[in-house]
Amino acid sequence: MNAKNYNDLAHRHAHGEANPHAIGHGHGHDEAHGSLRDYVIGFVLSVVLTAIPFWLVMSGAIADKSTTALVIAAFAVVQVIVHMVYFLHMNGKAEGGWNMLALIFTAVVVLIVISGSMWVMYHMNANMMPMHMEQMD
Amino acid sequence: MTAVPLPTTAPPQWSPLLGRFSLEQLPFLHEPIVAATFVGVILGGIALVGALTYFRLWGYLWKEWFTSVDHKKIGIMYMVLGLVMFMRGFADAIMMRLQQAIAFNGSEGYLNPHHYDQVFTAHGVIMIFFAAMPFVTGLMNYVVPLQIGARDVSFPFLNNFSFWMTTGGAVLVMASLFLGEFGQTGWLAFPPLSGLAYSPGVGVDYYIWSLQVAGVGTTLSGINLIATIIKMRAPGMTLMRMPVFTWTALCTNVLIVASFPVLTAVLVLLSLDRYVGTNFFTNDFGGSPMMYVNMIWIWGHPEVYILILPIFGVFSEVTSTFSGKRLFGYTSMVYATVVITILSYLVWLHHFFTMGSGASVNSFFGITTMIISIPTGAKLFNWLFTMYRGRIRFDLPMMWTVAFMLTFTIGGMTGVLLAVPPADFVLHNSLFLIAHFHNVIIGGVVFGTFAAINYWWPKAFGFKLNQFWGKVSFWCWVPGFWIAFTPLYIMGLMGVTRRTRVFDDPSLQPYFIVALLGALLIAAGIGAMIVQYGVSIWKREALTDESGDPWNGRTLEWATSSPPPAYNFAFTPIVHDLDAWEDMKRAGVGRPLEGFRPIHMPSNTGAGVVLAGISTLLGFALIWHIWWLVGISFVALLVSAITHTFNYKRDYHIPAEDVAAVEAQRTAQLERLAQTQGATA
Repeated sequence: MNAKNYNDLAHRHAHGEANPHAIGHGHGHDEAHGSLRDYVIGFVLSVVLTAIPFWLVMSGAIADKSTTALVIAAFAVVQVIVHMVYFLHMNGKAEGGWNMLALIFTAVVVLIVISGSMWVMYHMNANMMPMHMEQMD
Repeated sequence: MTAVPLPTTAPPQWSPLLGRFSLEQLPFLHEPIVAATFVGVILGGIALVGALTYFRLWGYLWKEWFTSVDHKKIGIMYMVLGLVMFMRGFADAIMMRLQQAIAFNGSEGYLNPHHYDQVFTAHGVIMIFFAAMPFVTGLMNYVVPLQIGARDVSFPFLNNFSFWMTTGGAVLVMASLFLGEFGQTGWLAFPPLSGLAYSPGVGVDYYIWSLQVAGVGTTLSGINLIATIIKMRAPGMTLMRMPVFTWTALCTNVLIVASFPVLTAVLVLLSLDRYVGTNFFTNDFGGSPMMYVNMIWIWGHPEVYILILPIFGVFSEVTSTFSGKRLFGYTSMVYATVVITILSYLVWLHHFFTMGSGASVNSFFGITTMIISIPTGAKLFNWLFTMYRGRIRFDLPMMWTVAFMLTFTIGGMTGVLLAVPPADFVLHNSLFLIAHFHNVIIGGVVFGTFAAINYWWPKAFGFKLNQFWGKVSFWCWVPGFWIAFTPLYIMGLMGVTRRTRVFDDPSLQPYFIVALLGALLIAAGIGAMIVQYGVSIWKREALTDESGDPWNGRTLEWATSSPPPAYNFAFTPIVHDLDAWEDMKRAGVGRPLEGFRPIHMPSNTGAGVVLAGISTLLGFALIWHIWWLVGISFVALLVSAITHTFNYKRDYHIPAEDVAAVEAQRTAQLERLAQTQGATA
């Protein structure tokens, strides 16, 4: 028998818990729950990030409509990040980094799927839709 | 040019009480083949129900199996579901082979177009969704918690619910055989053919709702297993000490969770087209059927990796165990799996090179497709190098593994051939494609499932499978596969298209007859497999394995008794190395014999059966447009889901004395075994 410990007998006694995985209600206690301050900051940021696009559209501050749309889209992206940081308490450390990894994976897949579909469908549309073919000749 | 064919069936009449249902919709009243099947199924069903009642097994099944939240029992139920549906899908295959072998020289064969089109659609849907998927989910369910030293999955009730939702989808597909019709669209139901204009009947609706109901189960089980693998590994089991099967299971479930919502969404859009008159995928009013094809393959390509990755895991475990060596290139195996996981999202367009996206798009997806064969090739070399200079034991799991390596490699090569867009323009929609994907799915997923069943059966039931009948099955299956599909490769190269019902060119008939003979040989292989299970259960005394480790295994599932106790491990093992059980055996670790404590376990519940049953009924009502039943079952679904949240009897403790008693039995069993071995040695 070597010195390594191969079952958690001792460990278990120290903790007095029958099942370290506590099926059913075994949520870890290490996850961040956020302070009131975080929620207030998140709330204020969200309101500001919602109000500015509204103002842009209502007042017509930017003359060009497509520029306005792009600016609003940029605000939407920032809004998503604010929600994730202040309301969902996401950071590089939560759940041992798994949350961040899942987010990056999701972002990569969504990026591939959306940009790929747009690319594919643009070419399909250009090459295959009958209306364009009539226009060609 | 011929005109666009009219719908084969007239739109059914609708009545408030029965929706679209009427006696007209019962195919067994006017189709002799379906009638004969119907009589057979009814008689078989009566016999089964009678036997279960006579032997008083209903209570046992309900208490010990249907309501069980034990991952091991749910895993076994998935395998049973997969086997039953595999038989159904294979019956469809034999029907197609027979039809194509005789429909020459003016003969129409024995299947009319309406029936034949349903058969090939049902074959594809059943084999992928209700045979292959339950197989891989069942294997992961059974093996993963044991391999990581856990007592169950993270969400045991969800696991039970997922299983019954998958079964609910299977029930809907089976119901379509005798109530109404199944889709006649091919297994992915491309619009505009699957739209209301060309498929006015209930067939496509059966397709949609069976996949939606089963899809809930698949997605939830994916979430469940990811959480299990990430949160419940035994102490010391870092990611790079995880068994390869668990790694592949993790990647597969990531793929499931990321891709199944796409399938759900695209089917929702199709149902909106069919139910409320939207025009997402119609020919006119701005709809784009091509968008459906694009979206369903964004799900469809990851799906094939969902099926094959866990099977790669199985082969890794088998090769390493039966070569008596650590897996060659464990790290590269893990990275190859992760790379395949990402790359599987970058190749979907190779399924529709011919739809017209042009040279630049086709080139990109052709190249990504060829790239994905590199990590797969790396895996094959890893298995070969694991075998190199190993003491290989050719038991059944290893035989299937070698058959896989030979068969799958050729399937992979024809795949790379199809990945060349200009070649695909010639081979698309041909029997070459059919031969290719059967080559990888049968040679990969099916052979792998058989390897896994032979490998883990002793763990699940405490006795090995009969070798003789297993070998009979093997030697029918492997040559049977090649005899059935080589003619398809040849005909595909000559340009014969898939899904064809009658043929004009009589010179093709010999090829189809050979293919039929191959299919019959496979049928003999399936028969031998059933005999193998039967004989093994009958002679289980002689095949008993008391050690719990019949193959000299290397991973933690072999550290328990066979079958494992409900709680899997009395004490969570601590992992110090890859191949944890092999490390423990080498270090001479003894089992702890005292200090047992009560074990906290989840309780059985019937809620999964109830919720999935109501969901299936809801699907059935939606298929037939029985709106009052839709309303009632929807409300019932909500009410029973909410009621279940008030069930506080979620868990219990196995008393320490009970654990001690079970463990004492195990100690006695091992001592008895040591004495017999000492006596024979």
